[in-house]
Amino acid sequence: MLDSAPSIYLRIENLWKNFGDFTALREISLDVIEGEFLCFLGPSGCGKTTLLRAIAGLDLQTTGKVEQAGQDVSNFPPAERDFGIVFQSYALFPNLTIEKNISYGLENAKRSKSEIKARVAELLELVGLPDQGKKYPAQLSGGQQQRIALARAIATKPGLLLLDEPLSALDAKVRIFLRHEVKELQRKLGITTVMVTHDQEEALSMADRIVVMNHGTIEQVGTPLEIYRDPASLFVADFIGAMNQMVAEATESQITIGNIKLHCDNMGLTGRVVATIRPEDVLPVEVAGENTLEATIDSMEFLGSFYRAELSNSEMGKAEISADFSINAVRRLGLEVGASLLVQLPADRLKTFPEAS
Amino acid sequence: MQGPKVKAKLGRDDWAQRSFMLVIGLYLIIALALPLYAMLSKAFTTYHFDLSQYEVQVSDENGAFGDTLTLSNHNMLATPSVVEDLSTNTNGRLGVTQFFPDFSFRSPVNYRFRGVTPDAVYLIGSERNKGPDWVELDSNTFRRIVLRPNSERGLANFKTYFSTPALFQSVQNSLLIAVIVTVITVSLAFWFAYALARSKMRYKGVFRMIAMMPILVPSLLPGIALLYLFSPRQGMLKALMFDHDINGPIGIVIGSVFFTFPHAMIIISTALSISDARLFEASESLKASRWRTFWTVTIPGARYGLFSAAFVVFNLVITDFGLPKVIGGNFNMLAVDIFKQVIGQQNFEMGAVVSMVLLVPALLAFGIDRRMQKKQVALLTARSVVFEPKPNKRMDWFFFAYSSLVAIFIAGIIAVCQFAALIKQWPYNLSLSLKNYDFSRMDGGGWGSYTNSLLLAIFTAIIGTVVVFLGAYMVEKTRGFEKGRALFQALAMLPMAIPGMVLGIAYIFFFNNPANPLNFIYGTMIILVVSTVTHFYTVSHLTAVTALKQMDTEFESVSQSLKQPFYKLFWRVTVPVSLPAILSISIYLFVNAMTTVSAVVFLYSTDTALASVAVLNMNDAGDIAPAAAMGMMIFYTNAGARILHALLSKGILARSNAWRQTG
Ligand SMILES: Nc1ncnc2c1ncn2[C@@H]1O[C@H](COP(=O)(O)OP(=O)(O)O)[C@@H](O)[C@H]1O
Ligand SMILES: [Mg+2]
Repeated sequence: MLDSAPSIYLRIENLWKNFGDFTALREISLDVIEGEFLCFLGPSGCGKTTLLRAIAGLDLQTTGKVEQAGQDVSNFPPAERDFGIVFQSYALFPNLTIEKNISYGLENAKRSKSEIKARVAELLELVGLPDQGKKYPAQLSGGQQQRIALARAIATKPGLLLLDEPLSALDAKVRIFLRHEVKELQRKLGITTVMVTHDQEEALSMADRIVVMNHGTIEQVGTPLEIYRDPASLFVADFIGAMNQMVAEATESQITIGNIKLHCDNMGLTGRVVATIRPEDVLPVEVAGENTLEATIDSMEFLGSFYRAELSNSEMGKAEISADFSINAVRRLGLEVGASLLVQLPADRLKTFPEAS
Repeated sequence: MQGPKVKAKLGRDDWAQRSFMLVIGLYLIIALALPLYAMLSKAFTTYHFDLSQYEVQVSDENGAFGDTLTLSNHNMLATPSVVEDLSTNTNGRLGVTQFFPDFSFRSPVNYRFRGVTPDAVYLIGSERNKGPDWVELDSNTFRRIVLRPNSERGLANFKTYFSTPALFQSVQNSLLIAVIVTVITVSLAFWFAYALARSKMRYKGVFRMIAMMPILVPSLLPGIALLYLFSPRQGMLKALMFDHDINGPIGIVIGSVFFTFPHAMIIISTALSISDARLFEASESLKASRWRTFWTVTIPGARYGLFSAAFVVFNLVITDFGLPKVIGGNFNMLAVDIFKQVIGQQNFEMGAVVSMVLLVPALLAFGIDRRMQKKQVALLTARSVVFEPKPNKRMDWFFFAYSSLVAIFIAGIIAVCQFAALIKQWPYNLSLSLKNYDFSRMDGGGWGSYTNSLLLAIFTAIIGTVVVFLGAYMVEKTRGFEKGRALFQALAMLPMAIPGMVLGIAYIFFFNNPANPLNFIYGTMIILVVSTVTHFYTVSHLTAVTALKQMDTEFESVSQSLKQPFYKLFWRVTVPVSLPAILSISIYLFVNAMTTVSAVVFLYSTDTALASVAVLNMNDAGDIAPAAAMGMMIFYTNAGARILHALLSKGILARSNAWRQTG
């Protein structure tokens, strides 16, 4: 693993999808590494499902190339590609038992009955439902049905597993439990997996890499940490996690918000910009230093493990800054609504983006 | 920059599915589009004798020929013209001697005859001649010259139609009757459906069953019952008519209300059952009066259903043939005109023109109804809470009384037919006997026509269900191929807009043409099955499509990803899950094949006489009691089929209880 470059299992090149005049996907290029768990993340309607269906061949792209395991499959029908798929709706065959659902793809001349039976039992075991084989889908809970759908999809050991919002129809508790289960299963099987989701938490907790999409284009590809720490665009910064956004005037290495000047590497960006910083990166400090400023606490909200405070400073104009303070810090510094404090906006955590048009 | 377009590589399944769709699409083209085209072109074709196309020279007794004159000149020379009206039809023939007042076949005068243009055709005896070469003939041969008509495209047939008051009057009659029946039926059906949906009256099941009975009999059966009750000579209740004749508009209206009632009732019931219960509760909590609730909640909620029912009834009445044929008297209706023109006068062109005229309101009503149904469906998906009526003694009694009256009317008509069928000889011998069921003693095809009908119904149910369901499956589930699917969908919707009479006459034009390689099916059971499947295609198709749409669209995706052929999914999942819909389609086709008259009345032959047509023919021949008996045979058969269908459905539901969530 260490000495060889990661091998690319799925390659998408300059893929477009048009529905009449509407462009649902624009210039998509993407490599999926063998064995990785990749998430397409983006708001509803941004084209995630469309891209997934193009990969599967269920709805062909208008133009562009899809290469799977070194073979150009761009125009192949689904049956000639190699993947298993799971949908939000489970799509279990209602009139077939769980066993028959799972064995549906296994039945062919090459496999004996006993072979199939053994494989079905193995799969039921794998998804943790060993005794449910004789039941019908409607007799199982949503979470159980989705696990059966997963078992059916991997039964034939496909090279690629596609999941379209597999957990979105489930209630919160089951969803969090299944996140873990699915991820565990994927790691065990080492199957290259692409999952579509609009839930950032789901993507951050499950994916090896995340593809953030917006309006039919890719905004950023990276590990969850990269996406969180170093958003490549204002959209990504805004879409993932909480983010302060302040209109600012930028020069080479400095930004001005109201009358306040802060150091910050603008990466060559100048003029009107949007400066961002995550609430947890706003630090309460006791002595003034670089990028510190005096602020007043306008409101505070206890969010379980920390407080989120809204801060203002007359010099900054109307801009408000959200900051997350640990319970400890709040107690130590005696923070409360109306109190003033010194906060630091560390230069390396301040990021600027061109103003959205 | 976008690269080149990706063209789908078609897999085995894609080819198979598209072929299936193509085959069924071709079926629809051959069984529907081409015959309609044949009819269309017939309506715009006129035939007339063009006398200016022929020239004649006449010799004196010594054999010296005089001037060359066209027949047209000769025609004009006489006052008045020998032949005033030169229009005719396909089979028109015209002798030429009539243009020569002095003609005698014994005279020594000789004639020279020729066409002016190379394709001016004429017959000498049975020998076909044409062209501008002079032919010299003695008088005796000259009289054997016969002219053939020229055909021309144009609106002349329509001009004739609209300037013939006797024909044009039918448009007015048909529209008038259709509007009157629509108003009466929709009003009656609305309150009936309202009573079923919104009251706590008793015996709802029985009422619903009785209301459905008219669907099981041919539309002309109420005509027979009405004749028995009110005929001026021997009607049981003729006194009630106060010297009005039941034959004519009154009979048509009463009978039409009878046979359209269940159609309106079903549509309005559906509309009422999906109106949102939450609105009623809200209205009630605001202490709105019943009356106000009715006008502000009930009617708006059911409006699409009401419109839809109105257009369906209008369409049924204006296109119905059986009832006005039986009880219309001298009151002309469009559908009967088609029959009279084609069967009575052999004037096929005029039959085609009347068909076109009939198509206009039928297409309009169809189009509007489709829009209404779509809006209704939109309401259906948006709303969900089911209304549970509360008891209200006074209203419940009122609705019970009302529903009873309607039920008595419907059951009464059937009962009169049954009575008529069992009476030995009305009004002289009222003892009961089965002799009217001895059809072998009557014209109309005897028991053979009954077995033919049964065969037709079985074939139609089986073949039709297979064709319709396969077609619907392919159009719903085929990958890509959008244009082909849209075309197929349009073809599948077309039959509903085509009245049976129009379909029938279109079939004559198309299949009774010796040049058509499919000519051999003319006069056989095959053409009856084809026409019946086609006639009732749309409703069946929509039922199938609705059932298929309710299935998860990703079944196909999953099956393909598992590399399983489409037919495996079709057999193992699609068909079993759709079984209730499949059964509904087959019973619908069966019942309609048993009762239909309109298309098949043009297409049956002596070997394939049908029960429904036999009812018509026996009634025409004055054998009214046997006609009633045959009508009742159709009723028993359809009722039996319905019961069988109910039992089968129950069995299937019980067996699939385990996996049907709603079971
Ligand atoms: N068959 C279609 N015809 C027209 N527009 C479509 C079709 N399918 C999807 N779209 C549009 O393409 C966009 C992307 O859809 P989709 O990929 O389903 O989004 P999501 O990211 O929520 O999965 C949406 O704006 C949707 O309306
Ligand atoms: Mg989606």
